[in-house]
Amino acid sequence: MDIQIWTYLLVGISFALYIGIAIWSRAGSTKEFYVAGGGVSPLANGMATAADWMSAASFISMAGLISFMGYDGSVFLMGWTGGYVLLALLLAPYLRKFGKFTVPDFIGDRYYSNTARTVAVICALFVSFTYVAGQMRGVGVVFSRFLEVDVEMGVVIGMVIVFFYAVLGGMKGITYTQVAQYCVLIFAFMVPAIFISLQMTGNPIPMLGFGSTLEDGTYLLDKLDGLHEELGFAAYTSGSKSMMDVFAITAALMVGTAGLPHVIVRFFTVPKVKDARLTGGYALIFIAILYTSAPAVSAFARTNLIQTVSNVEYSALPTWFSNWEKTGLVGFEDKNGDGKVQYLADPEKNELHVDRDIITLANPEIAELPNWVIALVAAGSLAAALSTAAGLLLVISTSVAHDLFKKQIKPDISEKGELIAARVAAAVAVVVAGYFGINPPDYVAAVVALAFGLAAASFFPAIIMGIFSKRMNKEGAIAGMISGLVTTILYILAFKFNTFGETTKEDWIFGISPEGFGTVGMLINFVVSIVVSQMFPAPPQDVQDLVEDIRIPRGAGTAVEH
Amino acid sequence: MKDSMKEYWNENKRYLFILMGIWFLVSYVCGILLVDQLNTIRIAGFKLGFWFAQQGSIYVFVALIFIYVKWMNKLDKKYDVHED
Repeated sequence: MDIQIWTYLLVGISFALYIGIAIWSRAGSTKEFYVAGGGVSPLANGMATAADWMSAASFISMAGLISFMGYDGSVFLMGWTGGYVLLALLLAPYLRKFGKFTVPDFIGDRYYSNTARTVAVICALFVSFTYVAGQMRGVGVVFSRFLEVDVEMGVVIGMVIVFFYAVLGGMKGITYTQVAQYCVLIFAFMVPAIFISLQMTGNPIPMLGFGSTLEDGTYLLDKLDGLHEELGFAAYTSGSKSMMDVFAITAALMVGTAGLPHVIVRFFTVPKVKDARLTGGYALIFIAILYTSAPAVSAFARTNLIQTVSNVEYSALPTWFSNWEKTGLVGFEDKNGDGKVQYLADPEKNELHVDRDIITLANPEIAELPNWVIALVAAGSLAAALSTAAGLLLVISTSVAHDLFKKQIKPDISEKGELIAARVAAAVAVVVAGYFGINPPDYVAAVVALAFGLAAASFFPAIIMGIFSKRMNKEGAIAGMISGLVTTILYILAFKFNTFGETTKEDWIFGISPEGFGTVGMLINFVVSIVVSQMFPAPPQDVQDLVEDIRIPRGAGTAVEH
Repeated sequence: MKDSMKEYWNENKRYLFILMGIWFLVSYVCGILLVDQLNTIRIAGFKLGFWFAQQGSIYVFVALIFIYVKWMNKLDKKYDVHED
């Protein structure tokens, strides 16, 4: 069977499964819509969290990025896993004990202030919208390659499906759908990884194959460093970013992960505080399976790519090259007219262009794996993109219906009215996200980095101090969130989008890139909060009692009832 | 706050301090700050610093969470604040 038929088949079966689950577990009450009725087991919840978290960026782009960045790509690996340690140890158990639905709920109640709540809602909406647009684009790209429809059509198909199960199903529908999506995506990622590892190193475990020898007896990574040197690239295992910048980006991604509202809300769905801690552990195991294989896949793909194309006659290139050439994502320009591909670091002489985003998708083709594996990867990337999009849409609808309508604009809204508002908000969000998926701002990747930086600079310090400091008051928290947010936005505008005139890398403060500046924004937030809080009175007694209460696990079961 | 609750909280903070210290050590210290020095040591095909950055830190992260869960379940029981 050819790739086309396999893709229809596997994508069709997996979608039928997701939609079936969504119908089977339709939400009846607002509470079920938001947090799955509080009755999900930590194992299932860990799996759902992993699917929620691993987006099109993790599944499709990350291995490709690392493949081209080498050691520098470690920022994604450490950043996007280390954040779970922060979550499980510093945030999840206490937020679960607090027992409300959303992050703005916590900020609003803990800082006894609707201003703080509103700031949090704005942050949550901004972070989620920028993120979801990227997912819709990812869906569109996958559909367009494998089903041979336009990107626009691909996005529209994705919108319909996301709408169907996120809006009708709510959190309960999403949780079990995401469990299924995790299974699909991890299977789809691991099968080609194991095949390729076996092919190149004879070791079926990619994490070990990563450090093994190739057929000619040299270690994979030594071989790769050698190839890089030959072609003029920096050694694969050393990278070229400054240490300061690697540090800052890793920290921004870690802290940003811990501040992302769609991840935090997952910890509210388990019955007990100890389950919330355990959820973090299970989620990280499930994530780590992909995150420890991805760098191995990157190294395999990089070696394979260089060996397959470097100094090879253009006419003798394998078929995957011409397949992807049609999409415009790989290209060859014979600059010296010798008919061979020169792949070099020097941009003047380099004749090959490879888009980083295709590595995961094209990898099975490059390694000449069977067609069903290639189709499986398509199904897996759709699972990754859709599960994350659905989780984000839920945060958007919750923020609007619950934090804005119920808590501020119309407190006497009925449960049914709230549910309708949530569904309308989700529907509007799908359309807006779809619009950005079809007409992406040309800096989607930059906007995603922005989302992390903003989450790090705004939410994280406010939540941490809300739990660990009884003295932190609303004045301190609001001043901190606003100053962290504003400095980070200004830095990104100045150095990423050149809003205030042209800038270069040399102008970066302390050599920190805009992607890493969220770390500085976070520190500013902490300092401003602490200084300002000293100028104003301590929070009222009932808030101090609340802080004491969330530090103790017992009694969490009742706290969640509304 | 009752004294026993204060102790519970202090002990919790002590655990956090230890675990977050290890968290910082394996990622920021071994994977970033000392990466060049550790790269002179090799284990099979890996340079050690590179291994920490792309593999080792992640394994340790997983272990840290499970250790925390275990310690806290014990602590909750010790101070009688566990759920059912």
